[in-house]
Amino acid sequence: MTDQATSTSAVATAAQSQAQKAFRLQALVRTLGMLPVLVVLCILFQVLTLWINGEGRFLSLQNLSIVAEQASINTVIAAGMTFVILTAGIDLSVGSILAAAAVVALTVSKIDGLGWLTVPAGLAAGLIFGIVNGILVAFLKLPPFIVTLGTMTSVRGIARLFANDTTVFNMDAPHMFLAERFLGFPWLVYIAVAVVAASWFILRRTVLGMHLYAVGGNESAARLSGIAVPKVLLFVYGMSGLCAGIGAIMVTSRLGGANGLQLGNSYELDAIAAVILGGTSFVGGIGSIWGTLIGALIIAVLSNGLVLLGVPDVWQYIIKGLVIIGAVLLDRYRLGGGART
Amino acid sequence: MPLPSEAPARATPILEMRAISKSFPGVRALNGVELSVRAGEVHALMGENGAGKSTLMKILSGAYTPDAGAVIRIDGQPVAIDGPLSAKRLGIAVIYQELSLSPNLTVAENIYLGREPRKGPIIDRAAMEKGCADILARLGASFRPTTPVADLSIAERQMVEIARAIHANARILVMDEPTTALSSRETDSLFALIKQLRADGLAIIYISHRMAEVYELSDRCSVLRDGSYVGTLERAELNAERLVKMMVGRDIAGFYTKDHDAGAAARGPVVLSVRDVADGRRVKGCSFDLHAGEVLAIAGLVGSGRTEFARLIFGAERRLAGAVELAGKTLDIRKPADAIAQGIVYLTEDRKAQGLFLDMSVGENVNLAVFKSDAAGGAVLDLARARDRAIGAIKALGIRVPGPHINVGALSGGNQQKVLLSRLLETKPKVLILDEPTRGVDVGAKSEIYKIIDELARSGAGVIVISSELPEVIGIADRVVVMREGVVMGEVGGGSGIAINQENIMALATGISARDAARQSA
Repeated sequence: MTDQATSTSAVATAAQSQAQKAFRLQALVRTLGMLPVLVVLCILFQVLTLWINGEGRFLSLQNLSIVAEQASINTVIAAGMTFVILTAGIDLSVGSILAAAAVVALTVSKIDGLGWLTVPAGLAAGLIFGIVNGILVAFLKLPPFIVTLGTMTSVRGIARLFANDTTVFNMDAPHMFLAERFLGFPWLVYIAVAVVAASWFILRRTVLGMHLYAVGGNESAARLSGIAVPKVLLFVYGMSGLCAGIGAIMVTSRLGGANGLQLGNSYELDAIAAVILGGTSFVGGIGSIWGTLIGALIIAVLSNGLVLLGVPDVWQYIIKGLVIIGAVLLDRYRLGGGART
Repeated sequence: MPLPSEAPARATPILEMRAISKSFPGVRALNGVELSVRAGEVHALMGENGAGKSTLMKILSGAYTPDAGAVIRIDGQPVAIDGPLSAKRLGIAVIYQELSLSPNLTVAENIYLGREPRKGPIIDRAAMEKGCADILARLGASFRPTTPVADLSIAERQMVEIARAIHANARILVMDEPTTALSSRETDSLFALIKQLRADGLAIIYISHRMAEVYELSDRCSVLRDGSYVGTLERAELNAERLVKMMVGRDIAGFYTKDHDAGAAARGPVVLSVRDVADGRRVKGCSFDLHAGEVLAIAGLVGSGRTEFARLIFGAERRLAGAVELAGKTLDIRKPADAIAQGIVYLTEDRKAQGLFLDMSVGENVNLAVFKSDAAGGAVLDLARARDRAIGAIKALGIRVPGPHINVGALSGGNQQKVLLSRLLETKPKVLILDEPTRGVDVGAKSEIYKIIDELARSGAGVIVISSELPEVIGIADRVVVMREGVVMGEVGGGSGIAINQENIMALATGISARDAARQSA
């Protein structure tokens, strides 16, 4: 190396360390994802309630417990949705599956001597509907959007059929205790935490999870690598159905009733919103369950905070929609125009 | 460093780039690069993958902005290229490796895209098709302006791209590896076209890894290495040794490696026997035997059915007829997983679309085929084992990457190919089918991949190499099976008694014997 080359490389090194600093910052921002948005929203609502109501009501332990409870059901459904979207799919039928599974669970709970079957029946119903989606997508190779659009309607009909188009009530079903509090939080919150933890384990620590990211990232490469692509797809739709079944158990424990026509309407949209807010790519292969958890929390915080502020229902809808779009816009800007949601 | 002399310019160059630098976070992609191109010349731009050719061309086409201090002159006038539109206005056009046409539109619609002639608010189709027909006639195209681009071959689509550039009054044409997907006949007609464009006074910047093309076409050749300008050679100074030395920065002793014992390989046991395999469309009943320790090449023109044949053996496509035997045992292969389980692996020719998981790390890519067999109880990942395998593969194949956690999308072509190759090797295969193993790979990595193939043969594996590059086939194969239009035409080398050389292979691949060809060209 000549002297001149050395001095050039010194300049280059200076420029590089500058660039590396920027790069490290970007990596940090990427890891944190939407967490800063969640934190800012929490602080904003605290300040606004303090300003308007004279006391900061948002960040009280009691209110946070309510937010967690509100987020819990969407978190569980969105966890299932995360699996599906990671394989570049979509599941529009989760709201309907939740309704059908809820009707099944409460109907079983009213049969003498079979009350203990309530929870297994609800979960099994969700799983079975999910597997039907999975078979249609994985083995008959139909587009997920169309399959689940179809089952969204059919399963909604089945839910009404099972309930004779009325509301099934049972305030004494064996799982009603799930809505009660334990250590300040309802059991629903612990269920959501358990589902998120289990999802994390499957996605990050099992062969199945690795194969799932591979199928989402490059399906033909996955096949050529010897990965059983149909089995992976069957699993993700089954998982999504199962999560909707868990959601059904959670919802019925709060309501004590299930109406085939109304229960779970548009739950799929909240779940998809949570997944997208969490930074999971719509084209598959990129995303995490932590992101989804934060996405679900953002949605719950928004709903709760707007109610606390006394914002009219109509405006809550408008604001929630805008925040979702704004957050994804921010995300794209954050990732330097490379976001693929 | 001694640089080859730059001959005095005959005239003002049409394009002059000086002191071009470009930094990305963590990388300095270009460092004071220069390039000077004259009107009416084909200027080859060479360098290993990652040398900075693409970055330089992206600056020229306005996709990237160079760092401060860069000077770009066109016809001697300093210009600022601040976007693709301004590059277009300056007469710069790029024909990319990935073609950028809309397949659902017609040839004329593509050529006029964004500049449609109008009568009032209505597109003037007659004028469009007339203008288009003129350009196509000038280029010697055989398709019509109203043909949908989806119906054209890759070579024809390339011609449409060139027509579009000419229609936009381009004076500087950049061609990035234009022959990668072409058969030799298509390549010939592309070269004729390039020579015509040169005669018309266009400046053509020609990027290629293939020495033969650079010899045939280029008037001068500039070489980049590691983001720096190495030098420019005049046509008279061009030779392979010198170019390789400039690109790699050292001598490559023994570019091809063939150390394994070819004679022993021929006497070795037959490891894979393929009989009358057909798919009812592109592959019409093909057979061959592969010995343990042998490197067998499958040659043939693009479109001869080589890749389809390999995919049938591997179970990637549905086989209609024929049998595959491994060490005398007939296999029931219905999907790639079955083949891999039996020890047969396949390296795809399309690394990015069908091979790699670009959003996943090097480590994950290396381990993807063995995660399952390594896992505790077949379910829970053995992360420590995966890390060991990844680090081992990086070392064994000389993959240049800071660590296994780096995303494979960030690697150069050669390193990506080694990652993909290590995924196959981790399964401890008995038979490897390597489809274009050195496509889009730089010279240094090519030589390393040849060495790996040789070592595999020496260790007793059967290796099948599918390649469009004849020098490569001749350099590494013990025996060559030649295909044409879905049929095995014959073989050279091995026990056939026919020498492995360009003439003998081409005679089988084209169906024209060498003597006929000589008579034709005479």
